[in-house]
Amino acid sequence: MSIDSIPVRVMAIEQVAPMIREFKLEAIEGRLPAFSPGSHVQVIMPGASREIRNAYSLCGDPATPRRYSIAVRLQDVSRGGSSFMHGQVNVGDQLAITPPANLFAPVMTARKHLLIAGGVGITPFMSYIPELKRKGADFELHYLYRSSQTGAYLDQLQQQLGSALHRYDSVQGNKCDLTAVLSGQGPGTHVYICGPESLIDGVRSTAAALGWPDSLIHFEAFAAPEPGEPFKAQLTHSGKTVDVAADESLLEALEREGVKVPNLCRAGVCGQCRTAVLEGDVEHRDDFLSNDERSSGSCIMPCVSRAAGKHLTLDL
Amino acid sequence: MRMSPKPVQTFRDDFTYSNSPGAVARFPFPFPEDEYRYSVNIEPHVTPGPEGSVFEFLLDIDEHYLSEMAERATVLEENPKRCLAMPHMDLACWDMIERCMTSLAADYPEHFSLQVDGDQWTWENRLLNIKDSFTFGDSSTLPLPPMEYMGRQVQGDFALLDQRDGDLFLDAGIVTCPADWSLAFDAGMSFSEWHGPVPLAHEMGVFDRALKYLTAIPVGRPVRRLNWTLTVNARMDTSPETYPNWGTDRASVTADNVGEKVHLRVELQVLDRMPRSNALMFSIRTFLISFDDLVTNPDWARRMHRVLKTLPPELIEYKGLGRYHDLAVEWLSRFDPAN
Repeated sequence: MSIDSIPVRVMAIEQVAPMIREFKLEAIEGRLPAFSPGSHVQVIMPGASREIRNAYSLCGDPATPRRYSIAVRLQDVSRGGSSFMHGQVNVGDQLAITPPANLFAPVMTARKHLLIAGGVGITPFMSYIPELKRKGADFELHYLYRSSQTGAYLDQLQQQLGSALHRYDSVQGNKCDLTAVLSGQGPGTHVYICGPESLIDGVRSTAAALGWPDSLIHFEAFAAPEPGEPFKAQLTHSGKTVDVAADESLLEALEREGVKVPNLCRAGVCGQCRTAVLEGDVEHRDDFLSNDERSSGSCIMPCVSRAAGKHLTLDL
Repeated sequence: MRMSPKPVQTFRDDFTYSNSPGAVARFPFPFPEDEYRYSVNIEPHVTPGPEGSVFEFLLDIDEHYLSEMAERATVLEENPKRCLAMPHMDLACWDMIERCMTSLAADYPEHFSLQVDGDQWTWENRLLNIKDSFTFGDSSTLPLPPMEYMGRQVQGDFALLDQRDGDLFLDAGIVTCPADWSLAFDAGMSFSEWHGPVPLAHEMGVFDRALKYLTAIPVGRPVRRLNWTLTVNARMDTSPETYPNWGTDRASVTADNVGEKVHLRVELQVLDRMPRSNALMFSIRTFLISFDDLVTNPDWARRMHRVLKTLPPELIEYKGLGRYHDLAVEWLSRFDPAN
C-alpha cells in the first residue's frame, strides 16, 4: 500500500478550460522516469484527517518524458483532492507523486483506434495522440465536452487532427450519436473511452448491442490502492491491540508493532500471510482465498484485506 | 561487484565449468521447505539486496560472465533464431537497453560505463572490449538489432512480454540457456499458453493469480521468483532445438557419478516494467551447481534429498528426471540419516 514517492516541483500552471487546470512537473533530483501512453500517476496530498491520493493521467507527449503534465478538473463536490490542487498549489511548490503506472495502454496491434473522450477524460488521449501519429496509425477522436466547463486543448487538437477530430459541445447543443459512431467501423478497430461513468456505460452498452466483442472495448479504470477505514486488531496470543490506520495495510500495522507474519508478494496472490480470524467481519480484497473461505470469515490475507467493521480478533 | 569474471570455461563437450567456493556459497538454493510444490512464489525484488548475494542488484554478473557470453555466441552462431524480436517490440527492446545499461553501469562501474548526452549515448563494456556510440531509440545506429545487442552482454536468457488485453505475450527474447523450452515455438503465445505443459499448477489457479499480479507491476517495482530443475552435466543449452545433443546425457548417470554429473539448475527470474512500451522485461538468470558441490552444505544436502524423495510423479516427469531420479535420491540419502 505504501508506494515510495517521487518529489517534484511545479514548473508551470495553466488554466486550459474554465474548470480544468494543467500542472507541469519536473523532478527535483535526477530525472522523471519515461512513461507509456495512457499512464497515470497519483499525487499525494495532505487531507483533513489523512493523506489523499488522486490519480491523474499524464497528458504530455511520452517522447518528452522528463516533464510530466497533469490536468485536474475541479470537482463540483470535491473530497479535497481537486480543491487542493486548484486552490493551494502554486508555481514553485513541491509535490509528491508515485511512479507512473498504466492500466489504459493503447493496443498497438489495432487496425484503427476509436477514441471517445468526455470532459477531462481527454487527458490520457493527449499522450496517445503523439505516439499514434508517429506510428502513422489510423485513429479518430470523438470529444464530448461542455465549453462552459471543459473542452481543454481544442485548438491544439484541431490543428493536429484536422478531420479526425469530431467535437461535440453540449452548450451548443451538439450531441454525439454513439450508435452512428460505433456502427460501420472496420474489423480490428478498438474503442477507448475515458470520461464520466455515464459516458463509459453508454458506449459499452451501445457497442455490446452492435455486437462489439469485449476485447475491443477499453476504458480507463484507476485502480489506486484504496485506503480504508481505520480499525483495531486484537491479537489473542500476545494480548496486543494494534491500531490499523486508514492508509496502511493490516500487515504493515502488524509489522510496525513487531508482529512477524510470513509474507511474500504483499499483494494478495501468494497465500503466505494467511491468518486465522476469530471474531469480526472481514473485507476481503485478495485474489487467493476461495469463495467458500471468504464467506466463512475464518481467515484473512492481511497484506490487502481489512476489517469490514471497526474490529478484528486474530489468532496471532 | 563481488565475483570477478574468470577465464572462459565450457558448458558443453569437455564441461570444464566449475564453481569457486565463493560461487557455491552464494548459490540461490531455492527450497524453503522439505517438500516442493508449485506456488505463486513471487516477491518484490528490492535492491540493493544483501551484499555479495545474487539478489544484491537488478542483474547479477558473476565469475561465469565470460564463459556464458562465449557460450551464447556459440549458440547464436549455430542458430541465429534463438534470438527474435517482433517488429512492434522495438520500443520495448530500447526500454530493455536503457534498463540494462543504466543498472550495469551503476552496479558494476569497474566493468561498465554509460554516458548520456540527450539521445546520444556511449556505452562501454570493458569485459568484452565493447565501446559503442549510438542514438537512443534509433536501431539503425546500433551494430546489431537491439535485443541481440544487449542480450549478448548480459548473463541469462531474456524475454520481453507485450502487455495487452490484460494478458502477457512472449513477443521478443534471446534464449540460449533454457530449461527445455523453445522461444521459436512459444513466440506470440500468451501467459497461460506458454505455461501449457506445466502439470498441476493450472488447476491450482497459480497462473491466474500470477498473471493478475504481474500485469499490475508498475515502473520501478521489479519482482522476482526462483525456479528449479536438474540438469545432467553443466550444460547451459538444454533447448528442444538441441535435444539430440543432450537428451542421451540422462542415460549416462550411474550410482557412482551422481555427484559429478547431476546439477541443480536454478533460475532467478526477475520481472520489471518497461516505462515507454509498458512491456515486462523477464530476465531468467541461470545458476548451475553439481551435487558434489551442493552437499558441501549439509542443510542443502538434507533438503535436496527430501525434496527429490517427495517430488510428485507429475513433476518428476515434467522436469525430465525420470531416468535418474531414483539414483539421485539414493545417492543423497547418505546425507540424510533421519530419512
